[in-house]
Amino acid sequence: MNTLKIIKYQLQDVIRSRWIIFYTLFFWLITDALFRFGGSGEHVILSLMNVVLIVIPLVSIVLGAMYLYNSREYIELLLSQPITRSSLFSGLYAGLTIPLASGFALGILVPFAYHGGLTSEAAAGVLFLVFVGILLTVVFTALAFSIALRFEDKIKGLGLSLVLWLFFAVIYDGLILFIIFLFSYYPLQNPVIALTMLNPVDLARILLMLNFDISALMGFTGAVFQRFFGSGFGMAVSLGVMLLWLAIPLSVAFRVFLRKDF
Amino acid sequence: MKIFNSTRSVPSGRWSPGMLHPLPCSRQRLQHSSAKKRSTVGLAPFFFGLLFMLTAIATEAPAGTGSGELVVRPQGPVASIAEAIELAEPGTTIRIMAGTYNERELVISKKLTLTGEGFPVIDARNEGFILKVLADSVQIRGIEFRNTGVSYTRDHAALLVEDANGVVIDGNRFTDNFFAIYLATVRGSLVANNHITASGTREASSGNGIHLWSTWDIEVTGNTIRGHRDGIYLEFAKGALIYENVSNGNLRYGLHFMFSDDSHYHDNTFSNNGAGVAVMYSKNVKMTGNRFVENWGPAAYGLLLKDISDSQISGNLFRDNTIAIHSEGSNRIAVKNNHIIRNGWGVKVMANSQNNVFSSNNFIENTFDVATNSRRNYNTFEGNYWSRYDGYDLDQTGTGDVPHRPVRLYSLIVEQNPASLILIRSFFIDLLDLAERIMPTLTPETLIDEKPLMKEVNL
Repeated sequence: MNTLKIIKYQLQDVIRSRWIIFYTLFFWLITDALFRFGGSGEHVILSLMNVVLIVIPLVSIVLGAMYLYNSREYIELLLSQPITRSSLFSGLYAGLTIPLASGFALGILVPFAYHGGLTSEAAAGVLFLVFVGILLTVVFTALAFSIALRFEDKIKGLGLSLVLWLFFAVIYDGLILFIIFLFSYYPLQNPVIALTMLNPVDLARILLMLNFDISALMGFTGAVFQRFFGSGFGMAVSLGVMLLWLAIPLSVAFRVFLRKDF
Repeated sequence: MKIFNSTRSVPSGRWSPGMLHPLPCSRQRLQHSSAKKRSTVGLAPFFFGLLFMLTAIATEAPAGTGSGELVVRPQGPVASIAEAIELAEPGTTIRIMAGTYNERELVISKKLTLTGEGFPVIDARNEGFILKVLADSVQIRGIEFRNTGVSYTRDHAALLVEDANGVVIDGNRFTDNFFAIYLATVRGSLVANNHITASGTREASSGNGIHLWSTWDIEVTGNTIRGHRDGIYLEFAKGALIYENVSNGNLRYGLHFMFSDDSHYHDNTFSNNGAGVAVMYSKNVKMTGNRFVENWGPAAYGLLLKDISDSQISGNLFRDNTIAIHSEGSNRIAVKNNHIIRNGWGVKVMANSQNNVFSSNNFIENTFDVATNSRRNYNTFEGNYWSRYDGYDLDQTGTGDVPHRPVRLYSLIVEQNPASLILIRSFFIDLLDLAERIMPTLTPETLIDEKPLMKEVNL
């Protein structure tokens, strides 16, 4: 009951602070523009894919950390009330991820609906895109929580969030490329699959691409990926890894939150 | 009389027997290779042939060779085709009425015309070949051939033509055969409007739809081929004219040819074939107005060129192929006015391909417009439209002021190390490409389109 009250209060707070409106508008405008500049449904999805893979992790991790730092006093106030720490934690987390995820989903789906993209065969594609986007949102807000609760210093926490985003979105792929070239004489398909699974952004990218059948491009390598990710087992493993990416940071954050001396 | 009962009919007068025999010099052929011009006296029998043909169709009478006709019907006095062939004098028209004839290994060694009425079926019941033609000027029309035997040592064909001239195979159906039409050492013949289907599942136990081996001046037109190993296969086919055929859903190649110089392929459609189209070891080939679409798979090519030289590829459409044009050891080819859209690779030119000219093509939304395996460039790219081009045209000449570099750094990386394809569409790769575009250090320095078009070429 308390959790729901906190979520309700947080939602009001988030909407008052307006950034969620800008976030929704951002996706709305991009999707709308992509349709207007002459894209079919599938086209728009492919273009959105890059935006989703960059913007969602960045916004989720930075906003998540800021949100926690800014509600410091509010948390202290509530902790003096007869409220369990776990219900406060889940209220805070849900109060952040629900508006982020629904803002994103709305910003994509509404323009799709009024441009007729939802009736075409692209409907499954866009729903999958939204699904992956929501997964990224919950994963990166969880990461933000674990960072913001670990580090007292706001600057340090925000800096670390940015570095973490940079690592997952950019540097990690550079490392993969480096490893591929370092061990170019070895059959690398399986290790590379394992490596990509360790990065939620890469995992999301691969899942999305297989959905659009770009895998045929990849020749033999693609066939190996397709066989793994295309199978029910591969899908289950990928989703499982995604859930691990949610569960581990979230439990770390929760553990810290339970013991933290605010 | 349903002579042209097939999916694509050609105007009836166009393919009269007189056009092909005794002088194999139809109008198209004259335009095609002017070196083979013959005296216009040759046109006289041509017109006679045309006249005969037209009267034959108009009056529904047998072709007027004057030697009469024989009728085969399941319950008639002549009940088998083998018997009719045995009885017939040279020049006879054998009319085969609708019904199923369980016959195989028929041999025609005299000039005959076989005409099916209501698509009679000759069913070999999965053993041996069906019909072998060893004589000149034989015509086969309106018959359905079914179920030849499958063999790993012999090329059983539904219809085999050997050592013959001026044969016409028009408007037949071929269903579930090993090889459908097989021409060996044949000159000046026509294969038109046949509907060829098979349901092969493995390359080894499946033959080719139309197979030409050592032929001269064969025309293949208006055929539909599906489900064979190679849709159209040509080896040592000199001066073949292949047009308006549809070859899709074959196990290996839609069109596969080797050692076939001076051939012309136009307005064909090749789609959804296991490995697309492969053309090899030939000179002076023209490929115009064809459609290479949806050859999509780990080993599929829109068009694979291997050791092709002095040829012309123009006005074709390449859409949704894994690799639209793959060029290996191919020299002096003019690639012009093609529409290359939404392929994985637009053009993949290996360094052993030299002096090819790519001009006035549209490269639209390919993952890689141009890929190569060398830092040197031996080919010319000029005046193409690139959807990836981000330059400007201040002086309003229609061509961009800044040269375009169509080779992405990433395509080089992938060429060296296919495993790096897992990074496709990654932000990191976009950054690498951007850095390379700003300061080129690894991509071929001279592979540049100096005059990229600002607008698509209208085709």
